[in-house]
Amino acid sequence: MDFEPIPGLAEARKKYDDFFREEMKKAPPGWEGGPEDLATHEGHAFQRYVARELGKRGWVCLAWPKKYGGLEKSHFEQLAFNEARAYWKAPGVDQFGAGMIGPTLLAVGSEEQKERFLPPIARGEIWWAQLWSEPNAGSDLAAAQTFAQREGDDYIVNGQKCWTSGAHHADWGFAVVRTSREQTRSRALSYLLIDLRSQGITINPLATMSSHRTQEAYFNEIFLDNVRVPVVNRVGEENDGWRMIRATMNFERSGLSAYGAMRRELLELIEFCRETKWQGEPLLNKPLVRDRLAQLAIDIEAGMASARHVLWGQYKLFLGEESPRDQATRSSSLKYYRSELSQRFAYTGCQIFGLYSQLKRESRWAPLYGKFEKEYQSCLGNNIASGTTEIQKNIIAWEGLGLPRI
Amino acid sequence: MNLDFTEEQKMLRTMARDFLSTECPKSLVRQLEESDLGYSPEIWKKMAGLGWQGIMLPEDYGGTGMTFFDLVLVIEEMGHNILPGPFFSTVICAATILEAGTEEQKREFLPKVSAGEMILTLALTEPSASWQPQHISVRAAASGENYVINGTKLFVPDAHVANYLLVVTRTKKSAKPEEGITIFLVDAGSPGIQCEPQLTMGLDNKSEVVFENVAVPRKNILGKLNQGWTIVQSTLMKAAAAKVAEMSGGCQASLEMTADYVKEREAYGHPIGGFQAIQHYLADMWGYTDRTKSIAWEVNWKVSAGMATALDVAIAKAWANEAYKWVTERAVQCHGAIGTTRDHDIGLYYRRAKVAELDYGDTDYQKEIVAGELGF
Repeated sequence: MDFEPIPGLAEARKKYDDFFREEMKKAPPGWEGGPEDLATHEGHAFQRYVARELGKRGWVCLAWPKKYGGLEKSHFEQLAFNEARAYWKAPGVDQFGAGMIGPTLLAVGSEEQKERFLPPIARGEIWWAQLWSEPNAGSDLAAAQTFAQREGDDYIVNGQKCWTSGAHHADWGFAVVRTSREQTRSRALSYLLIDLRSQGITINPLATMSSHRTQEAYFNEIFLDNVRVPVVNRVGEENDGWRMIRATMNFERSGLSAYGAMRRELLELIEFCRETKWQGEPLLNKPLVRDRLAQLAIDIEAGMASARHVLWGQYKLFLGEESPRDQATRSSSLKYYRSELSQRFAYTGCQIFGLYSQLKRESRWAPLYGKFEKEYQSCLGNNIASGTTEIQKNIIAWEGLGLPRI
Repeated sequence: MNLDFTEEQKMLRTMARDFLSTECPKSLVRQLEESDLGYSPEIWKKMAGLGWQGIMLPEDYGGTGMTFFDLVLVIEEMGHNILPGPFFSTVICAATILEAGTEEQKREFLPKVSAGEMILTLALTEPSASWQPQHISVRAAASGENYVINGTKLFVPDAHVANYLLVVTRTKKSAKPEEGITIFLVDAGSPGIQCEPQLTMGLDNKSEVVFENVAVPRKNILGKLNQGWTIVQSTLMKAAAAKVAEMSGGCQASLEMTADYVKEREAYGHPIGGFQAIQHYLADMWGYTDRTKSIAWEVNWKVSAGMATALDVAIAKAWANEAYKWVTERAVQCHGAIGTTRDHDIGLYYRRAKVAELDYGDTDYQKEIVAGELGF
């Protein structure tokens, strides 16, 4: 084993840090880079601006082939970029486009689809939404009911999708739909790319717990009423969508740079505690506060160490040297470790802030722009989105450890 | 020992549950959260008709003549249903006036409270965000027949609608921080008072209240000059204990709502309540809720009987703080994504659990009291 950083990576990281340091000076006040920041009109405009700047440099999809708009950089340089972007809480890379549908198309899309959709993603020009969950199909995605009826060269799609992050700003969606009445569950699913400006699409906001009055929602529900989608927009074969879904899920579960972001947030919290006196002495002098901050530091580093192994495993998987099963187990374990850690982080921040922790960012007394007031509520979604913690544990028990299913 | 409710108490609990669920559906809770007033004057009037604001006040003052424990049973139901508004602040302050006020003050304030014509609140905490006497810095200085108050109070509940504030001030510098503190009954409309809402997670109408040369007549001192801290302590004990009951009601409602949901919601062809992981969450939630109810009733019975110690109250509040947060957090998890939305009821409880922890002392604060009382 060798934990030395790869030569040349530090220089690359510095280049990305320098870029984001400058660009993030233009961020709206109180920017945290979370979905609620991205949901607002102002936040999305900033997101599009940064995306165009990244696109000009070919940085949105560094590791992609040049013919699709990438620079064919290594996985490790991609990670250095991801870490820098996470550290600076920078927007500009569409997690659904560059992060999910792009890699899926690279792996299983037709050549025509790759040529049509990948370059605008790499240029940071079009934005995607994930049309998977439905009111009665969340973790149990195979229960999806939205139906696509074949009619000549088109599908006619009817149904309802929900929990669609950012759909109100997105241009396109990648959807899980049912295409057979004979087959059941996952055997009847197909994967469609849908233009969200199509006739018959209605997008309504779904307000989250922390929202109030006129705040913009980042979740949406989408109604599809006789929406016409060309058959050429299907990814993979009809009724073979489950295989594509599994491919996308593997891209969704990596999320490695989150720990770098947490490190930065911890440093900010420590700095705040060093500077703030509420009862005569700096918060950082209190043994309880020191204990809690130290515990967060420990938990973040443990997660980061494990995340490096996930990255390495993905790299080996890419080379065909590690089994997808082992990789899935570690990804599942780290997925809920990370969501629970972000929850502990929010709870710890609130505990340290005491009475102040309840203040929303609109209050002039709110510490750190009400960051923890918001995160105390938004953190709950992380334990549910992209496969609940309970599902991840089942995967580990069943697939990783081979325990019996009763 | 008799751990049964009396027939009268059973009726009171049933009536409170029925009244609140009818008069204050969750759609109204959400609407009130978004409103400037933050409460429903119509419900307020109806509650006064039922005698709730004056439930523990003697009949001489227009009250119903029941006990603090009976009041707390109603508060528990308010926690169960959720009732936004200044009821809690008002009745706790009325109890303080009953305990520490002069006969003249009682005659002036309590009948109006009983009639639903007066809203009261305690203005105690400051930018130091502390419940301790050494951090009381709002000053009141003698000036002829008046005292003049200057300084800033934060996190003052319901100040935006209160008629009178019970303002905890420092009137004398002293080596012992609990000496030199005086409580004033301050007309909220007095010149020099500025009230600015502080938007909170609970959307529960707390305010920043700034006092700038606010003149208050000497006769409005509640209790004795410079000896107000013991009254504050007694008020905080009552408030913390009653808050435990409110939290207990919230735990119960969250448990009921979640048990109903997991029986109906299906995944993989089964109700999710059939999965062992979910069953274990529910079993733990039941246990936390049951212990919260037990400790809530016991500590409030002790407060009502004048037998509660600081240790009793701190233990109960510390327990309820963590139990309510944990029960509501698991409740959201069992609900899945729908539980994280503004439109679902469980989030109302999750947000309140956090704010209820902070009110009248979070867990860190309560544990300090427990440690101190145990002689650490």
